[in-house]
Amino acid sequence: MSEFLAYFQYPFVQRAMIVGVLIALCSSLLGVTLVLKRFSFIGDGLSHVAFGAMAVAGVLGLTNTMVVVLPVTVLCAVLLLRVGGRAQIKGDASLAMLSVGALGVGYLLMNLFSSSGNVSGDVCTTLFGSTSILTLSDFDVWLCVILSFVVIGVFVLFYNKIFAVTFDENFAQATGIRANAYNLMIAVITAVIIVLAMNLVGSLLISALVIFPALSAMRVFRSFRSVVVCSAVLSVLCALSGLVLSVVFSTPVGSTVVAADIIVFAVFSLLGKLKK
Amino acid sequence: MAQIICKNASLGYDGRAITHGLNFEVNAGDYLCIVGENGAGKSTLIKTILGLNPPLGGEIKFSDGLKQNEIGYLPQQTPVQRDFPASVKEIVLSGCLGKSGFRPFYSAEQKKAAAENMEKMGITELSGCCYRELSGGQQQRVLLARALCATTKLLLLDEPVAGLDPKVTREMYELIASLNREGITVIMVSHDIASAVKYASHILHLGEVPKFFGTKENYLKTDVGRAFVNEEASGK
Repeated sequence: MSEFLAYFQYPFVQRAMIVGVLIALCSSLLGVTLVLKRFSFIGDGLSHVAFGAMAVAGVLGLTNTMVVVLPVTVLCAVLLLRVGGRAQIKGDASLAMLSVGALGVGYLLMNLFSSSGNVSGDVCTTLFGSTSILTLSDFDVWLCVILSFVVIGVFVLFYNKIFAVTFDENFAQATGIRANAYNLMIAVITAVIIVLAMNLVGSLLISALVIFPALSAMRVFRSFRSVVVCSAVLSVLCALSGLVLSVVFSTPVGSTVVAADIIVFAVFSLLGKLKK
Repeated sequence: MAQIICKNASLGYDGRAITHGLNFEVNAGDYLCIVGENGAGKSTLIKTILGLNPPLGGEIKFSDGLKQNEIGYLPQQTPVQRDFPASVKEIVLSGCLGKSGFRPFYSAEQKKAAAENMEKMGITELSGCCYRELSGGQQQRVLLARALCATTKLLLLDEPVAGLDPKVTREMYELIASLNREGITVIMVSHDIASAVKYASHILHLGEVPKFFGTKENYLKTDVGRAFVNEEASGK
């Protein structure tokens, strides 16, 4: 036990905990809206864009990849929403195109202009986030803390509007709520969270962080508020337990967190069945 | 005095007009029923009145103190709503949001208005229930209560009885009629021509060229009206 507690005296573990909890919190808050709006795949698509952008930043030899990745991903989120706003099928296709396109180009660039000898290692790290959360710098942590608080603040302030736009966009718009503006806001926040979460779980597994807590909460709870709260609590608990387990058993952080999310989802599905 | 005046409007999407030369007026306290075949532009007209889809030509004006965002709208249900986890209270309250501006939370006044409208619709005891677990008729009452939170003047109903059984349909029509008697203007799109003729004070029959606008008494005297009523009645 004392050995176990000793882990938490290391600053890199403390940093990972702070960042992990904040990212889990943000992604679960937004996840409820994204799942209900049938936007689950936006998370996936944007994370591939972020992967591509990360590759470009790597090729350019930037030490701070965030400077490139964040704006590019936000821009893509905005573009996707503008294109997909009217015609659903067109939006769907453009999302798929952008998603695999970015993945392909990213991998190609990493291979062609690799600066390190271990290309597949680099790719694996970016896709699955293996250890990068344990090597966070002070700058990464501060950026994550600030952006997370902005995201949480925006979510709380606009909570009622986000509910209205999610439940019934036409009604919201008809009563004078600027639904498009809120959709845009949701897309931008999603992009920010995804870029942040790349450190934790890597770009392939981000969708899990976004959708699993929301889906688990929806199995059991029946009002929007309780679903949001439950989803946030579950997500934070899963992130914490996943992090601890991964440190203790030296498993990859991202996949351990996702595994915890999946187990919770199974348990909540069962609970939901029993409740009926 | 007229709350909505539509002058020579053409409606449609992406520059393609579905209906031309549309003229009508809605006065306070009217009960206007919009009828017509599929594709005649009923939904487009609703979107245009709500300001979601600008008219291609002509104009739609609001007067008599009515603003565009003061219309209580009862939309058709969307697939998203069928598995949406939300309590009745949350949904009804969301009708008040249009008037909140940038205020992030609901005021005591808005909560009171929501409670009153739930009482009026007879769904107070359902307040904590989950929307997706209600019956079709109860769901419509919830959405009607939400619409009432957004307006005190005019309700716009898009096929409010679609998918309801005959008994609940009748109750729904009576409920709408009672709101109308309290002075709320009602505009309703409906396929149910028999009830439209029974409850409405005015009829707008849409088509490529609008076929009729006027009181229901006059509608029943026209050939279009008689033919449509008979056709729908024999089709059932």
